[in-house]
This record gives sequence, C-alpha cells and structure tokens, in this order.
Amino acid sequence: MRILFACCLMAVSTLFFSPNSYGLEAREIIRNSQAAFLYPGDDFKARVLMKLVGKGGQERIRELTLLRKNYGETGGDQKYFMYFFQPLDVKDMTFMVYKYPGKDDDRWLFIPALNMVRRIAAQDKRSSFVGSDFTYEDVSGRDPEEDTHAIAREEKLGDRDCYVIKSTPKEGGMEYEYKLSWIDKVTFLPVKEEYYDRQSELYKVFTAEEMAEVKGFPTVTKRSMKNLQSGHRTEVTYLKTDYNLGVGNSLFTERFLKQPPKKWID
Amino acid sequence: MKIVWQIVFGAALLFVWFPYAWALDLSFQGFLQGNYTADTAASNPDGGDFKWAEERAQLQLDVAKDYVQLHLKTDAFYDHVDTDADVELREGYLDYVAPSWDVRAGRQIITWGVGDLVFINDVFPKDYEAFFSGRPLEYLKKGVDGVKAGLYPDFASFEIVVIPFFEPNNFPDPARFHLFDPIPGIDRKEEEPATSLDNVEVAVRAYRNLAGFDASLYSYRGFFRQPSALPDDSSAPTRLTLLYPELSVYGASLQRNALDGLVSLEAGYYDSREDRDGADPMLPNSQTRFLAGYQRQLWEDCTLGLQYYVEYMNDYSEYERNVPPGFPREKEWRDLVTVRLTQLLRHQTLALSWFSFWSQADNDYLLNPEVKYNLTDHLWAAVGGMIFGGEEESTQFAQLDENDNVYLQMRYSF
Repeated sequence: MRILFACCLMAVSTLFFSPNSYGLEAREIIRNSQAAFLYPGDDFKARVLMKLVGKGGQERIRELTLLRKNYGETGGDQKYFMYFFQPLDVKDMTFMVYKYPGKDDDRWLFIPALNMVRRIAAQDKRSSFVGSDFTYEDVSGRDPEEDTHAIAREEKLGDRDCYVIKSTPKEGGMEYEYKLSWIDKVTFLPVKEEYYDRQSELYKVFTAEEMAEVKGFPTVTKRSMKNLQSGHRTEVTYLKTDYNLGVGNSLFTERFLKQPPKKWID
Repeated sequence: MKIVWQIVFGAALLFVWFPYAWALDLSFQGFLQGNYTADTAASNPDGGDFKWAEERAQLQLDVAKDYVQLHLKTDAFYDHVDTDADVELREGYLDYVAPSWDVRAGRQIITWGVGDLVFINDVFPKDYEAFFSGRPLEYLKKGVDGVKAGLYPDFASFEIVVIPFFEPNNFPDPARFHLFDPIPGIDRKEEEPATSLDNVEVAVRAYRNLAGFDASLYSYRGFFRQPSALPDDSSAPTRLTLLYPELSVYGASLQRNALDGLVSLEAGYYDSREDRDGADPMLPNSQTRFLAGYQRQLWEDCTLGLQYYVEYMNDYSEYERNVPPGFPREKEWRDLVTVRLTQLLRHQTLALSWFSFWSQADNDYLLNPEVKYNLTDHLWAAVGGMIFGGEEESTQFAQLDENDNVYLQMRYSF
C-alpha cells in the first residue's frame, strides 16, 4: 500500500514537475553563475582597466578602482564604489551605486571640480557603462527573474564542460531577443555569452579570456565584449583583484565619496 | 596684492611640507585650456567683440602623508580682452582625516543643495560672469577662505563651515556686458563687511538617509553676496554705496528615486536681518524659496531634467509702499522653469546638451545649447551659445538681451 502510494506520488510529481524541472534547473544554473561571477566573498576590490576599441582601431582607456560589498544573501543587495583614474578629465571622480534586485539602483556621482555630489537618475540598467560595450547590468548583474531560462544543450568549450543556457527576457522591447550563455560546470563562471537581436542574428559576444583563482574564488580577470554590428569592442582587465578585505559600511557614504580613502582606491 | 598673497600662501604651504617630501605621496595633474567667447548680438559697451578670450594653465598638486593631505590648484592665464596675465589660487587647503571627523582649512569650493544651477541653500560665492561668458561650469563656483569640519556620528553627518573672510559673488563686468542700471552715471563705492569676529560667517549642514530620501537641513548666518545700492540722497543721489546686507538662511532638501525617475525638493527661508519688516526698499526683503526637480532617463544615454523654482517676497505690501517712484518694481512671486536635456553619443564621447531658464513671472529667458566632443582621452572641445532675452529691461535675463554670445572651450588634460 505504502509502495503504491509512493509510486503514485512519483508519477504525479513527474507529471506535474517534470516539464518544469528542466527550466528550474536552468534557473538554478544561472543563479549559481551569478553567485560565482558577481557575489563571491563578502567584499571585492580590483583595479579595472577598460580599453574601448573602435572599428578603425582607435583606443580609449577607462581606468578605475572598483569596490563591491554584499548585503544580505547571494543575489541580494550590493553596494559599489568606483574611483576613476582615467581619462584625465574625470580623474578623482567617484561613483557610488546601491544595487537592489528588482528595483532601480540608487546612484551618486561626485564631481571634484565643483566639490559636488549629484544623484543620477538610473532607470535603464541596459545603458552603457562609461561608454563601453558593457552595460550596467553586465557589471552588476541582471535579476534572473527578468528572464526565462532553459538549458539549450551541454557542450565543451575549449577544455571546459559547459551548460549552454538560453535566457529570454520576459519583457519585450529589449535590444536583444535572447542570450546564450556558456557556463562552466565546475566554476559556474560564464565563459561566453552570445546576444541575438530580434532577427535572431548574433550581434554581441562576451568572452571570459582569462580566469584565475583569487583567495579560493575562481575569478574572471580578463574579459571582452564585442559588438559585431558596430565593430566596437571593449577589453577589460582586472588587476590587483582581492576578496574579503573588510571594507566597512562607512565607505559607501557621501563623506568618502567626496574624500575616497587612499587605502581603498590604490 | 591679492595675487602676491596667494602665491605666498601657496609657497608657504608647500615649504612647510617639503622637508617631509621623501615620505610623501605626491601627485601632479593639470590642463591647458583655450576659452574664446564672441558677441553675436552687439559689441561690448567698451567696444570689444569678445566677452572672454584667454589661454589658461591649471596645475594641481596633491601631497598626502598619513592622515594629512595638502591640495593646491592654481591657474595662470592670459586674458586677451584686458590684455592682462594673472595667477589665481583656485583651491589651496589642508585636510586632516580622523575616523569619525575631519577638518579642511584653506581655500575650498563648497556646493550644497539639490538644485541644478538653481541655488537656495548653496550660500557660497558664485561667479555669474563666468557662467554668462561661456566658461566651463566649474568656474561658476568660487572658493571660500575658511575652515570646514565634518562630524560623522551614527545618527547623522554634519558639515560646519566657518568663513572669516567675506567673498562676494562676481557679477558681469559693465565694460563687457550690457546691464540694466536704474541710476546710471553715478559714482559708486563698494563696502564689503569688515573682517571681524562679529562678521564671521557660519554655515551648517546636517544630513542623513531618511526613509529612502537623501535628507539635509541647512542653516547659514552671514551676508547677501549680491550688493544692495544705497544712495546718499534718495531724491537726488550723487553717490551710491554698495553694501552686502546681513542674511540668515534656514532650509532643507530631500532627494530620492520616485515616479520612474529622481525627485528633488528644496526649500529655504531667507531672513534679511537688516530689513525684517520689509520697509527699506533699498535692502532686500526676507524671502521664501522653493524648488522641485525631476530627472529621468528617456532612453539610453539621454537624460531629461526639469525644475520649477519659485521665490516669494515676504512683507510685499511694505516694500510696495516704500519703493521710490521710477524704480523698477520687483514682483511678489518670481518663478523659474529649467530644462536640461543631455544626449550622449559615440560611446559617450559626444555630448549634445540643452539648458534653459525661463521665468513666467518675469517673462525672460536664458538658452544654453552646447556640443562637447572628447577628441581623445586627453583633449576635449565644446562649442555653445548663451542666448538671453525677455520683455522688461530690468529683469535678470532680459537685461542681458544684448549679450548673446557663442563660445569655444578647448582643454588638454595631463
């Protein structure tokens, strides 16, 4: 009787959950990937060197120190602090973001020449980060709930076994129709992402070019985003990457936005 | 004399610190700049055709050791309009930073409030001539010579500014700008508040996050930075004294994400301490000022900012009763609408922007379109225009009607 009941339950659960379980698994992989890519450690620091390369090869450099601190659980709130070294006309500028999944960011910009803190309207997370091919979402993450995820296939990319996840935005009107992500089965880091436009043509490619283990956390230390339509690309190198430095809450305040402590920005 | 003092001040700061130089964290930066602004409506009152024409070099030096930092920012420039070279200490201060407080002493720029080119609780000196002449925006702000202390207990943060040396606003030069003058051709003498203990200006700001709002409270005790003209004889004046009346300001501001954008609110009460009953028409009456602002991203790299500002003159009936015949009559309510639209293009290296003031009460306006392009990471150039107009000859922007200009700014940063 008991066995029969268990069998029934299994059959029922298969019936109800099986079409779903594949999708749930895909979402789980995306969650794990975000955790590995954007949430490791309690805090994180890196010197970020961005090279913006135009179609004709002309280069622009954006150099900044990026600090991040997690609040609450993985996938939850985060605070970001950025200090700009280059280009020179924005040197000493600082930028602070309070990121809330499912809600608009709070963003503040400090302009040293005017000794002024400006709050910035931040509705569009898909807009470009400092003119690069990366969007704010690419830097700080996209809420997994905004997409439906499915495992397209599993395959080897280079020497890495990967899940290939197809993520389709629930909301229309995005600049891409869907995205394919190759996620390393071991580290859960994204190795490659392909963005397809509304004609289902590939137009943007993210590549994790170098990975290293820092304090036990697998970390993408070199990445690029190429826009195949415009020919523009951005190469990003993380230097001096570190985790769990004990970044205090007080760093993410107006006081230190105006006067960033040397020990955190160097 | 002022320049000599500035150089001495800068050199003294430098040499006090030099012995420590081997253990110091030193950094240099700066720029070379050309700034040329040509009249488009009429020549200057003195016959010239340029509001501004200069080459300028800025050097910034930062020296840090432990908790102390020295910051010097000095400009040297050659002005083709007055054919004159000069040196200007833009900023020069020492910082001391402790865990829960800090202090900054010296010449420093301070910006308060949430307004975009509309100032209620930003009671610090401004250079309106720089703004109207098409100079880079940072030159709208003048430094104050004073001490600022920051206190950071858990429940709120505080900024306390003490200014022993009065610094007035800088208004357009009558040789370069056509301006309204109700009593033309009369000698005038400027009298700044004397440097004394009684005249020390004090400004305090308390701020914290309050239910998702960036909230600030402000108070200021000091002087109006725009002079009032006092005639020696009101019926037949032979001489005007330009005085800076006593002023206190009490205000507050709030800012947060709302309505799919960013909402800003600010208010302030201007207590004109020498004319509290409003009976002296030569001194400003007390005022109440309000500002509401809204900013949102319309689409990628395009931001729209709207502001509505209104000021109310207290005791208006007293003012009306006493204003001399023939003098332009100020209004009880004066408002301003500002629009800022910015579109960034070409990976945020090209900026098209529009800024405008329009007053419904005064029926006058200022329009400021601009194109700015970062040619390389080191070099940018901006071309823009300042267009003024309005109905009456005495209002803020209408009186500048004949001063329309186009400007070119070029800067090489190193």
